[in-house]
Amino acid sequence: MLRVAGFTAAGLLALLTLGTLVVVALHAGGTARLIVSDWAAIRFTLTQAVVSAVLSVGIAIPMARALSRRQFVGRGLLITLLGAPFILPVIVAVLGLLAVFGRTGILNQFLGFWGAAPISIYGFSGVVLAHVFFNLPLATRLILQGWGRVPAERFRLAAQLGMGSSAIFRHLEWPMLRTVVPGILVTVFLLCLTSFAVALTLGGGPKATTVELAIYQALRFDFDLPKAALLAMAQFGLCAIAAFVAWSVARPEVRDIALDRPVDRWDSAALSARLGDFLVLSLGAAFLILPLAMISLNGLPHLLDLPQSVFSAAIRSVIVALSAAGLTVFLGLPLAFTIIRSRRVGGLIEASAYLALAASPMVMGTGLFLLLFAWINPAEIALPLTALVNATLSLPFCLRAILPAIRTVEGRYGRLAQSMGVTGFGYFRLILWPNIRPAVGFSAGLTAALSMGDLGVVALFADPDQATLPLVLYRLMSAYKIGAASGAGLLLLGLSLGLFWIFDRGGRLNAAT
Amino acid sequence: MIKTSLIAAGFAFALLGAGNAADKPELNVYTYDSFTSEWGPGPQVKTAFEAICDCTLKFTTAGDGAALLARVQLEGSNGKADVVLGLDTNLTARATATGLFAPLSRAPVKLDLPVVWDDPVFLPYDWGYFAFVYDNTKLTEVPTSFESLAAAPAALKIVIEDPRSSTPGLGLLMWVKAAYGDRAPEIWAGLQPHILTVTKGWSEAYGMFLNGEADMVLSYTTSPAYHRIAESDASKSAAVFDEGHYMQVEVAGKLKAAPQPELADRFLAFMLSPEFQSLIPATNWMYPAVMPEAGLPEGFDAPLDPAKALLFSASDAAAKRDSALDEWLTALSK
Repeated sequence: MLRVAGFTAAGLLALLTLGTLVVVALHAGGTARLIVSDWAAIRFTLTQAVVSAVLSVGIAIPMARALSRRQFVGRGLLITLLGAPFILPVIVAVLGLLAVFGRTGILNQFLGFWGAAPISIYGFSGVVLAHVFFNLPLATRLILQGWGRVPAERFRLAAQLGMGSSAIFRHLEWPMLRTVVPGILVTVFLLCLTSFAVALTLGGGPKATTVELAIYQALRFDFDLPKAALLAMAQFGLCAIAAFVAWSVARPEVRDIALDRPVDRWDSAALSARLGDFLVLSLGAAFLILPLAMISLNGLPHLLDLPQSVFSAAIRSVIVALSAAGLTVFLGLPLAFTIIRSRRVGGLIEASAYLALAASPMVMGTGLFLLLFAWINPAEIALPLTALVNATLSLPFCLRAILPAIRTVEGRYGRLAQSMGVTGFGYFRLILWPNIRPAVGFSAGLTAALSMGDLGVVALFADPDQATLPLVLYRLMSAYKIGAASGAGLLLLGLSLGLFWIFDRGGRLNAAT
Repeated sequence: MIKTSLIAAGFAFALLGAGNAADKPELNVYTYDSFTSEWGPGPQVKTAFEAICDCTLKFTTAGDGAALLARVQLEGSNGKADVVLGLDTNLTARATATGLFAPLSRAPVKLDLPVVWDDPVFLPYDWGYFAFVYDNTKLTEVPTSFESLAAAPAALKIVIEDPRSSTPGLGLLMWVKAAYGDRAPEIWAGLQPHILTVTKGWSEAYGMFLNGEADMVLSYTTSPAYHRIAESDASKSAAVFDEGHYMQVEVAGKLKAAPQPELADRFLAFMLSPEFQSLIPATNWMYPAVMPEAGLPEGFDAPLDPAKALLFSASDAAAKRDSALDEWLTALSK
């Protein structure tokens, strides 16, 4: 039963990623080849994704460390807000970033006040800045979970041995990072790989052409399906290389015995450590919160006089988000067990889950359309389909959170449970669930939030009478109603964060971490 | 298991659909999304047409004109559409070449377009001029041509849309090509320092302009009318260029495989009726293809002198598109 569900989830992933690609490639027939400008797009995509991923994760490590060893007022709020940038619709995020870093943004107004020369965000640095804004928070959250899995006893022992911060980093934290960081690097790299509108707008023009833009052009401008499929394949190729590199660098998670006590960090009392953490946290928080604050400021005056249709769309979006969150847990848990239990194909399935991140939304949507069109008018199942697609596409994130959690539990209690004869559902209810609940809550919250803001894959299936919140937001913008659109953007941000918070908080309830 | 339930759901929906269809025939109109939004013409068009057709009018949407054509091509000859509404003259050559569209059954009524319309397949329902829109309370030295825009101080920044992903972006490409021909690369090189950035679509660009990020944005001459009429804000103007302005003509056509060919013809005739046409200005913010007797709503500028209209024929537009795009990419990638 568990295996059936696990392989169903894996099958869905394969169908959405590789299946849709094959359908698009074979639909029209004919061949395609990459031309000079495609190679330029591949080069640019690769460069910006590598730089964005390294920077995001590089900054996320000290941020996660500071968060893991500090208790302060607003810590919980900050951790929740870390979910926000990642889930914003592109257009809202871009306008928020520009309100801070743009030509007339508050940063340049501040510089101008002191007579300093203005800075321009547009160009390679703008692309990287935006991608760090989107992905630094996600990376921080995932690394923070890694810190949470280091047994408290080890820090206790380290303190007894008189280790300072650097010794603790070398002996405890670095080995932990070796296990989690490669996977997170690949995740962020892949998220940046399929970027398109953000890269173009902040990159300042066609120099910042990514592979996804080339795919969009092939499908929409040239209607060249084989070319789109070939470019999507190139994207998968980059994904495969990245996953292989991560796999060869990563160390398996240490599976050790621990008593699950709250962590005390005696080493972090030093003044330099406190100052460092304070600086890292305040700069990081300012970088993330300022654009969100500008989005809120711009949207707030319009929130109360939003048209009725915005609220009906919001309800529809919440229902889709909740369904997607539930589906993800039902698909993700069995998938995680299948990966852990089946020695032969487990690694393969885990690696192929990455494909969902590298898949081109345009090709996936087109392939899905071609698959379904023969059976049914896709608009008629728009909402259930949105939930299913979002749930499936969120699986890679969920696995990043759930897999290490399950592995830790199995390492800590697996043998004990077996020797006591606690197996099956009893094992799940008594031992596994209480320990993986935070990771499951986080996954469900992330999926819900992602589904709220999504417009990517399902744009081809939109039913005009059943519009979701992001679609209504774009409609408001197309109708010149930019003010109302910013109000809808704030509503979307608030609802996404609210859903994320409920699941995430629900998962961590009664837990000390 | 998932697939069987999807198929089952499909049958359920098909049965429901059949139940409705038994009462009244259903006309399927494919259009771009903003046409059907509550602020677009769609809802009123539906009410008005259903009052006279004894049918149900059903809209199916795609993102924009180009996405709409791609959708029709994906569906191919098994498509469900009767009418496709929302292509423009940059797309009609490709659309005609698919062989999916039926020739017009009769000559159109007299159209109020600044150009002669002789397309045998597509009928226009509205049109506009591309133009750079600016804030007249902030910008005093307004450029009067592409050359004077190129010569303006470097601090004057414009935001434009990418021709590969946006209809207005492609319109600008054609505008420069139509006005300057072989000199287009030189013009783009001159504009390059003023281009703050290039966006995926019109919404991003216009949003950036309204937030004060850029001094001018590529939009339409009719954009200021929205701000005057809907927001009582007279601060937006469209710069008039000496070279003339490239037109966007939005068209509709009937599919060969239309399940309801007669209703489709009736809809196309209704499309040029005063009832439909009078809805266009204040919902789609374009000029109607047949001017209603009452004229344009107050707040609209009269269309520019027809002598200023620039437009490639459908076949010219298709032939020049790829080389114009290469010139654009080369000039802006430096």
